[in-house]
Amino acid sequence: MTEERLTRRLVVRLCLVVVAMFGFGFALVPIYDVMCQAFGINGKTAGVYEGQQAVDEQRQVRVQFLATNAADMVWEFGPQADEVVVHPGDSTQMLFVAYNPTDKPMTAQAIPSVAPSKAAAYFHKTECFCFTQQVLQPGERIEMPVRFIIDRDLPADVRHLTLAYTLFDVTARKPPVAQATLTRAAP
Amino acid sequence: MSAVIDPGHAGHGHAGHDHHHGPAKGLMRWVLTTNHKDIGTMYLWFSFAMFLLGGSMAMVIRAELFQPGLQIVQPEFFNQMTTMHGLIMVFGAVMPAFVGLANWMIPLMIGAPDMALPRMNNFSFWLLPAAFSMLVSTLFMEGGGPNFGWTFYAPLSTTYAPESVTFFIFAIHLMGFSSIMGAINVIATILNLRAPGMTLMKMPLFVWTWLITAFLLIAVMPVLAGVVTMMLMDIHFGTSFFSAAGGGDPVLFQHVFWFFGHPEVYIMILPAFGAVSAIIPAFARKPLFGYTSMVYATASIAFLSFIVWAHHMFTVGIPLTGELFFMYATLLIAVPTGVKVFNWASTMWRGSMTFETPMLFAVAFVILFTIGGFSGLMLAIAPADFQYHDTYFVVAHFHYVLVPGAIFGIFASAYYWLPKWTGHMYDETLGKLHFWMSFIGMNMAFFPMHFVGLAGMPRRIPDYNMMFANFNMVSSIGAFMFGATQLLFLFIVIKCIRGGKAAPAKPWDGAEGLEWTIPSPAPYHTFQTPPDMSGEHEHRKGLAHD
Ligand code: HEM
Ligand SMILES: [Cu+2]
Repeated sequence: MTEERLTRRLVVRLCLVVVAMFGFGFALVPIYDVMCQAFGINGKTAGVYEGQQAVDEQRQVRVQFLATNAADMVWEFGPQADEVVVHPGDSTQMLFVAYNPTDKPMTAQAIPSVAPSKAAAYFHKTECFCFTQQVLQPGERIEMPVRFIIDRDLPADVRHLTLAYTLFDVTARKPPVAQATLTRAAP
Repeated sequence: MSAVIDPGHAGHGHAGHDHHHGPAKGLMRWVLTTNHKDIGTMYLWFSFAMFLLGGSMAMVIRAELFQPGLQIVQPEFFNQMTTMHGLIMVFGAVMPAFVGLANWMIPLMIGAPDMALPRMNNFSFWLLPAAFSMLVSTLFMEGGGPNFGWTFYAPLSTTYAPESVTFFIFAIHLMGFSSIMGAINVIATILNLRAPGMTLMKMPLFVWTWLITAFLLIAVMPVLAGVVTMMLMDIHFGTSFFSAAGGGDPVLFQHVFWFFGHPEVYIMILPAFGAVSAIIPAFARKPLFGYTSMVYATASIAFLSFIVWAHHMFTVGIPLTGELFFMYATLLIAVPTGVKVFNWASTMWRGSMTFETPMLFAVAFVILFTIGGFSGLMLAIAPADFQYHDTYFVVAHFHYVLVPGAIFGIFASAYYWLPKWTGHMYDETLGKLHFWMSFIGMNMAFFPMHFVGLAGMPRRIPDYNMMFANFNMVSSIGAFMFGATQLLFLFIVIKCIRGGKAAPAKPWDGAEGLEWTIPSPAPYHTFQTPPDMSGEHEHRKGLAHD
């Protein structure tokens, strides 16, 4: 082969590597999520849990609740109790209260996180307001449930864990009007 | 080198080659040139301009930190200075300088007439002034330039960024394109244009380290382009790669960034390893000790650099197994790095050493880079890093690997090859003065940072506790000294271009390599007919009988 053809072939191959690595950068996004979920790292909790577990009456775990507003979020937002003591395997409900003090309809999204992060994989939510967005009309107040089961396999050294929610204002991204009609239509 | 080598004017006899006599005249010569020497020269000058620009920003930073309290600049502007200083030094000064050296030297070292893709070469250079004009212009925009640190962590660089961030993103895209094209060119040149008989294991180490660097570049620059593209989409197209509100994750940013970022730090040092591996044997008048192990060490450093990125993220809350994995993987890099340091030391051992300026910079490189490696090892110890992270200790670490590492490597190369480039010897006395001022200034500036860092002074803050005042004042004085000395370097280079003792083809008696077989200054066209290298020994064999 001539030198030019050799070079051209090499350049084409190298360009393919470049394109592949650009793609790899984006592939890191799903890979990251899958890794976090598979290993329950980074405090990330999974989606809806549908299993059932026998209650372990012998063991008690303290679950503490935290609610934080992300920057620029003006809602009042908090749990009805600071903490509960539960048995692994038992299903427990906690209500969070949100209030929109502004004169505009707003949409919010809560993002959960569990600490210590190694407990995240053992914290199952059967129902959570974080699975959807919340739309509140001006001055509206709602109670939002989260129902969860602590896995019986929770490592023995974890006696205390924290469920933290950060509430984000996503009004700009998900305009409340469209959202509101959607949620009304749903039931 | 015993082979008879064509000293460049070979092509002249052939019909049709007459127009190749020399460069075109005037400005268009530089705009349109496809000559590797012209392009190398432009890269080097561009890099030096950026070095001075980034350096003056460092002077602003050190002036503000001269005393505790706020004296000279507003905190907002201070943040822009730290960010732009980092970006300009990394992407504008260090990387283009090495590309410039590659352009000049790789064809000369492997006996090629030019780079494999000369037109692309021109384009990849001219992207850089465009990219940096765009980047620097953000400083004059409303809201100011990038202020989120050279690592531009999201969401600081997305949700909370100044308006100008979009220009920052495009500037990074352009720089990325430029580096990728440069890297492809280097690989194509090295793999396809070597003189007959120049086997891979006969290549000078500078060529080897650049080959490996080029592979690192094409592997990670696209990831950098990807991460800024994700930022762009988060900012303008409503995606949420890094926004927790939309299901994204800011920690993801750090993973993607450092997947690029750690190999990047090796991109900035491997070519310097190569240059120093040419310079130390030349002035120790002994062949390089352990050529083959140098090649393998470089390759293993490059490989390991892909699996250590999370050592920049020990404190984000990665699981214990993760901390352990990244800690041990990082510590492992010390092994091939140690091999290199021992090889350089063994090369000097019982050599007939002389200390001309290139050698001074090269020896300082070995010693001071090793100090930087040691502080790196301290940082790599995950539990200890919780104390050191984001303090001046990290600043001390990376300045010890980058200033006496990358920058001294570039200075050493410049002095070593200036006679070949210009045909004149530089002023040795002034060169030595430049070295000593740089050496003292740089150590004064960065050594105290270890102490204030260990005592808890945070990085990227314009004000600090009184108890750090003395060390900071020393740092600032050292930094001013280092900065001012670089004007001396400019003077030395200009003086050397304009005149000086005529340089012979091979001004350093211990030097080896094809570049010394052509006259000084190197003719505009060299190796039109390739030299025959088949008579030459491979390095490892060369060692045995030397
Ligand atoms: C034995 C070799 C090395 C080891 C073990 C090492 C280790 C580390 C570690 C653990 C950090 C993170 C510190 C922290 O943020 O808390 C770090 C930061 C850094 N290292 Fe190294 N390093 C080594 C060599 C190098 C080299 C050769 C370079 C560049 C030429 C380099 C450039 C940097 C830079 C630029 C940073 C700071 C990035 C930032 O946060 O702005 N390191 N190093
Ligand atoms: Cu690193």
